[in-house]
Amino acid sequence: MKVLMFGWEFPPKILGGLAVASYGITKGLSVQGDVETTFCLPKPTGEEEKFLNIIGMNQVPIVWRDVDYNYLKSRLPNYTTPEQYYAFRDHIYADFSYMHVNDLGCMEFAGGYPQNLHEEINNYSIIAGVVARQQEFDIIHAHDWLTYPAGVHAKMVSGKPLCIHVHATDFDRSRGKVNPTVYSIEKNGMDHADCIMCVSELTRQTVIHQYHQDPRKCVAMHNAVYPLSQELQDIPRVEHPKEKVVTFLGRITMQKGPEYFVEAAALVLQRTRNIRFVMAGSGDMLEAMIHLAAERGIADRFHFPGFQRGRQVYEAYKNSDVFVMPSVSEPFGIAPLEAMQCGTPSIISKQSGCGEILENVIKVDYWDINAMADAIYSICTNPSLFQYLQEEGKKEVDGITWEKVGLKHRAIYEELIRNNRK
Amino acid sequence: MKTICLYFEIHQIIHLKRYRCFDIGRDHYYYDDYENERSITDIAERSYIPALSTLIDMAKSNDGAFKVALSLSGVGLEQLEIYAPKVIELLHKLNETGCCEFLCEPYSHGLSSLANEECFRDDVERMRKKVKQMFGQDPKVFRNSSLIYSNEIGAMVADMGFKGMLTEGAKHVLGWKSPHYLYHCAHNPNLKLLLRDYKLSDDISLRFSNPDWSEYPLFADKYIGWIADLPEEEQVINIFMELSSLGIFQPLSSNILEFLKALPACAKEKGIIFSTPTEIVTKLKSVDQVDVPYPLSWVDEERDISCWLGNVMQREAFNKLYSVAERVHLCTDRRIKQDWDYMQASNNFRFMTTKNTGVTLNRGIYDSPFDAFTNYMNILGDFISRVNSLYPVDMDNEELNSLLTTIKNQGLEIEALEKELNKYKKKAAKKSAE
Repeated sequence: MKVLMFGWEFPPKILGGLAVASYGITKGLSVQGDVETTFCLPKPTGEEEKFLNIIGMNQVPIVWRDVDYNYLKSRLPNYTTPEQYYAFRDHIYADFSYMHVNDLGCMEFAGGYPQNLHEEINNYSIIAGVVARQQEFDIIHAHDWLTYPAGVHAKMVSGKPLCIHVHATDFDRSRGKVNPTVYSIEKNGMDHADCIMCVSELTRQTVIHQYHQDPRKCVAMHNAVYPLSQELQDIPRVEHPKEKVVTFLGRITMQKGPEYFVEAAALVLQRTRNIRFVMAGSGDMLEAMIHLAAERGIADRFHFPGFQRGRQVYEAYKNSDVFVMPSVSEPFGIAPLEAMQCGTPSIISKQSGCGEILENVIKVDYWDINAMADAIYSICTNPSLFQYLQEEGKKEVDGITWEKVGLKHRAIYEELIRNNRK
Repeated sequence: MKTICLYFEIHQIIHLKRYRCFDIGRDHYYYDDYENERSITDIAERSYIPALSTLIDMAKSNDGAFKVALSLSGVGLEQLEIYAPKVIELLHKLNETGCCEFLCEPYSHGLSSLANEECFRDDVERMRKKVKQMFGQDPKVFRNSSLIYSNEIGAMVADMGFKGMLTEGAKHVLGWKSPHYLYHCAHNPNLKLLLRDYKLSDDISLRFSNPDWSEYPLFADKYIGWIADLPEEEQVINIFMELSSLGIFQPLSSNILEFLKALPACAKEKGIIFSTPTEIVTKLKSVDQVDVPYPLSWVDEERDISCWLGNVMQREAFNKLYSVAERVHLCTDRRIKQDWDYMQASNNFRFMTTKNTGVTLNRGIYDSPFDAFTNYMNILGDFISRVNSLYPVDMDNEELNSLLTTIKNQGLEIEALEKELNKYKKKAAKKSAE
């Protein structure tokens, strides 16, 4: 089975959760042995793992240029061959010479999320037309709204079934005040899709009710986590016999509900002073949170270490006694799973998608600061609760693997292909 | 001659209210009065009242051929007294028919038998007194909370003067043996054991109204037929269940009460009689001992105590609670004693179970086992601080006990001396008057 996948991010370059999820899904599919994945990226680094074929969209020509073989060899990075280039060149489908292209007839991408994102999305989908004409595949899989237009285009060209993957919707990002352009791209992608995979039942409901999709083609496809690398496993856990540490880790934005964390902290600190609170991350609400902590008179117990990257994230988890994710709306939320891998008990909001597959976490409503404070206090003061959540949580999260998710993907692909032939 | 021993349990807990960590030290009232009233009146109306009325009818219409045993937990009884006095009235009526035996159980419906002997004895003695005072019966047979039993518990119960005890006919203990005989405790042969036939009991309490069950619909003649078909030597058939099975777990619309009513007549036809536990333990001889080194109960497939003490949270809560048992025992504060009863109820621990039994457990106001644990530990935190504020914490219990005894003795002595002093004063006054 051949899968043509459109994505915006892929490790080693990680900008957000999308890269990790894309990696997990493709890796989960690759271990089955007979699934061949071709992954289209705007701008690969060339250091991606080799278990799948990577197509750099910035090396696919859309304007015919007469280029010499040896010149190509020197111009193209090692993962694209001149033969591949010529094959793409044979499938240019329209005159795009008015576009801004380079000496190879390709378009450049800034990568990531630049100012002219909408333009890049459009370019990406133009190139997708060439790729879809040249490649042979059985199914199309597009990750998140940035690549939906490309997926729809590929479906139009090839007639193969389209599966789109909703990692987040604009409703989650904006608490309901959607950007109409983004919404229209999302809606168009969903309307054309043969199957909509949502990262949780929560997201599935958003897709059904806010985007008016047929429930029959929406499926909940929960994410998973990869086991920690040996290096990360070896980071020692820090015990705090005297002062417990409670951590919030994520973007400090409206979606993540940081103000509820501060309010809950203020309540806990009324009861006991032996707990420290850490709010790691950056975002547009950081200053407001610093003000709020000061206003509540808990600034001496409340710390803002700033944005954490790579290894620091895991060090922060291992240095915590409780991890809190009070998100107002979280499509999935991988962070609590990572915290649990590090042996840190988690408190999550009931409005988080990952809660649907987790048993050994404490779930509270994001607005219920009393319950949140109570849960924090309980884990910090009752060693047995800490121990139970730590041990059972670790066991539970170790059972959530991408391999299982890959099998679920495959079943859906097969069904889509079967139905497409009819 | 075969005999059926029918026994029902009446118990409802006092529900704890939502108690946050900020309430510790500020609020010493732990109960959800609304929920208590709602649940007990609901159960009384849907189950206890119709079921007890049926039992009274059966007792009256069968000329003493029908007999039944009941036991009440102290906390359940308190609730009935407050919210559903009608049930108490019916219990008295049933008692007047002379066909009903009241058994004794721990007042709090708690797990004290597993933790603290003194506390357990106290728990049992209070219930014994209560039964005597209410129904004029002196209980001879004991049943522990949820039929928890082990050799040691048996020995304690025998030591308290009980002749018999009810427990579960658990397969892992009995092995090839049948529960249809009278057995005795391995540590004290004077204590006879009646073992519950879980198959026949659950046929009524769990499966009766289940249309997917192969024996559905179950009629009284068929049921009695199963009992009559048992081998001739197997003489005691113990059918134990909660009274709320009739009406709550098996709705009244399933005609379960009609089924019950028809039992005595069908039994008479086949020559099967009804007996109370006391009659059985006095008439019959024990065939063998039952060795139960680890506690068993009538709960879940495992029939052990894992649904109360299966995970670390439950064990911490349990150990914390009973860590103040001696202090509570020493103190005389009535409110603390009362809270102690309510907090011991085993249901509080059941809410914290993380076992996956396939059956959904009604956790009351709690979302999850963690929620139940947090709430209970908050309340326990407040309770323990109240207990500790009575006497200095750094003094050990024995020392405290001897001090308390000294104080008490001194009080008595002072009283006696004062009396004497008064006597002499009066004498002196008389003399000076003369």
